Amino acid sequence: MAAYLLRRAGQSLLTLVLATIVVFAGVRALPGDPALALAGEERDAATLAAIRAKYGLDDSVIEQYWAYVTNTFQGDLGRSIRTGIPVRDMIVGALPVTLELSLLALVIASILGLLTGMLAAVRRGGPSEWLANGIALLGLSIPHFWLGLMAILWLSVGLGLFPASGHVPLLSDPVANLHHMVMPAVILGTGLAAVIMRQTRSSMLEALGEDYVRTARAKGLRERQVVGVHALRNSLIVVVTIVGLQLGNLISGAVVTEQIFGLPGFGKLTIDSVFQRDYPVIQAVVLITATAYIVINFAIDLLYSVIDPRIRVAGGAD
Amino acid sequence: MTTGEVATPVVTTADPRQRRVARRLLKSPLAMAGFVVLSVAIVGAVFAPLIAPYGPSDANFGDAFIPPGAEGYLLGTDSLGRDMFSRILYGTRASLIVGVLSVLLALAVGVPFGLLAGYFSPIDSVVSRLTDLVLAFPFLILAVGLAAIRGASLTNAAIAIGIVQVPAMVRVTRSETLRLKGRDYVASAISDGAGDAWVLLRHILPNAISAVIVQATIAIPGAILGEAVLSFLGLGIQPPSPSLGTMLTEAQQYAAQAPWTAVLPGVAIMLLALAFNLFGDGLRDALDPKGGRR
Repeated sequence: MAAYLLRRAGQSLLTLVLATIVVFAGVRALPGDPALALAGEERDAATLAAIRAKYGLDDSVIEQYWAYVTNTFQGDLGRSIRTGIPVRDMIVGALPVTLELSLLALVIASILGLLTGMLAAVRRGGPSEWLANGIALLGLSIPHFWLGLMAILWLSVGLGLFPASGHVPLLSDPVANLHHMVMPAVILGTGLAAVIMRQTRSSMLEALGEDYVRTARAKGLRERQVVGVHALRNSLIVVVTIVGLQLGNLISGAVVTEQIFGLPGFGKLTIDSVFQRDYPVIQAVVLITATAYIVINFAIDLLYSVIDPRIRVAGGAD
Repeated sequence: MTTGEVATPVVTTADPRQRRVARRLLKSPLAMAGFVVLSVAIVGAVFAPLIAPYGPSDANFGDAFIPPGAEGYLLGTDSLGRDMFSRILYGTRASLIVGVLSVLLALAVGVPFGLLAGYFSPIDSVVSRLTDLVLAFPFLILAVGLAAIRGASLTNAAIAIGIVQVPAMVRVTRSETLRLKGRDYVASAISDGAGDAWVLLRHILPNAISAVIVQATIAIPGAILGEAVLSFLGLGIQPPSPSLGTMLTEAQQYAAQAPWTAVLPGVAIMLLALAFNLFGDGLRDALDPKGGRR
């Protein structure tokens, strides 16, 4: 167990180091002088010299990289070249919106996906299986940003049920906050729900054929208990795994969803920074996403090895 | 070298198998429905210049916001009086081009790496770290980074989407290679003195190809949705070039006034992705030796 954890930690760390190199190299791959890109509008000699000194642009590449890494991990992500605000503050301000959106979407997707997946597995061949499969296939084929537009058109503009855009901070007015968040979270959750549904169905079908389910049935448990307790427990492991695998899609989906619903989160910050050519922000956003992805997947692996002892025995081979 | 003869029994089995797969596909109504929609879309996209009644960017300000079904405009017009049908036809063409280009890129990179990783264990851990690295950059973040460095365009959208699909392609090829490496005919070829390149290209790749084709078919709808998202956000195909994604961006402001401008391009994207998914699912089931017991 300890050896496995150590190896996984080592792998994650290596990936993290590679990611910092990619982001570092990416900024150097920008056309022109990086100092000019980082300076933005202020292009007087003094500013450029200050930037050169700060980022050590006259030093060797290795020294520059080291300076970049140490600055970053001390929390200094530079300043926006558009607003002059420290990038760290911009991100700290935007992150809660995205976290709330993603968590809500995750909860909605898990509930929807598990329920429909179980239904499709238990009622094999029936119309509910067809329906569940059809919805899952649609969920994989619908462009979710378009679904968002349709929801705004129908539920906001047409029926006036939900606000079409905007955001209210959770702490200042929780009810209004949820009112603004429900529609984006459902839209973001549907794609993930389709994936969870498909996996739940196939793992459930497998579980229903296993010995321990047969034993549970033989000892006279009601079908509801057999499915709800024994087979479902197995499916929960699947959901944990999927969250790890789909994390990237969830992040991408959040970026688009925020853009459509005008939520001032991490995703909107990302897209705005590209159009404003705000390189320090782009650099920070890309690195933070990659770091979050690596750390969360490592955490999920840990969790996974706690839930499922077979992983430990097998030494966590791919 | 007489190792060539060893391979022949494997190759000759391919023919009846292909016929069996085709028969199974023909028997699946959903897969065939997908196939028909795809065929129509591909013919429409290829012959768009001949079929489309108007140029995709021909603005006709007097005819703005004509609802679908009106004479001369099958699917209506948008805010600039451009014909929706012609634009959707050209947009589908762009979607298919990006979908196919990006998956070809993923194949060109993913299959060789997958073969090497599955065959040579020292390479495996290096390739695993590299795929981990790619996975750490979610699709949109990668596209944002590329757009920042290289600018937004159809090509860069296809590159971003292709890179994102490399890990899945590597994984499929690698696991097929691992599975096939243990087969008797591979072992016998190796004991006959066949070189690594010969074994990989002559014995493993031809037998891994069906799994790779299925993965490619499943990857295309993802790529089409990806292109739509990028173009919608302004990171992909740039207006005035027609793309289903940019049509939706433009429709956003007029959606309440002319809902069809927002509805139709989305339906087109959905149908395209759905058709690929249905056909891909059918193909996977047909290629599965266990048969249609899913």
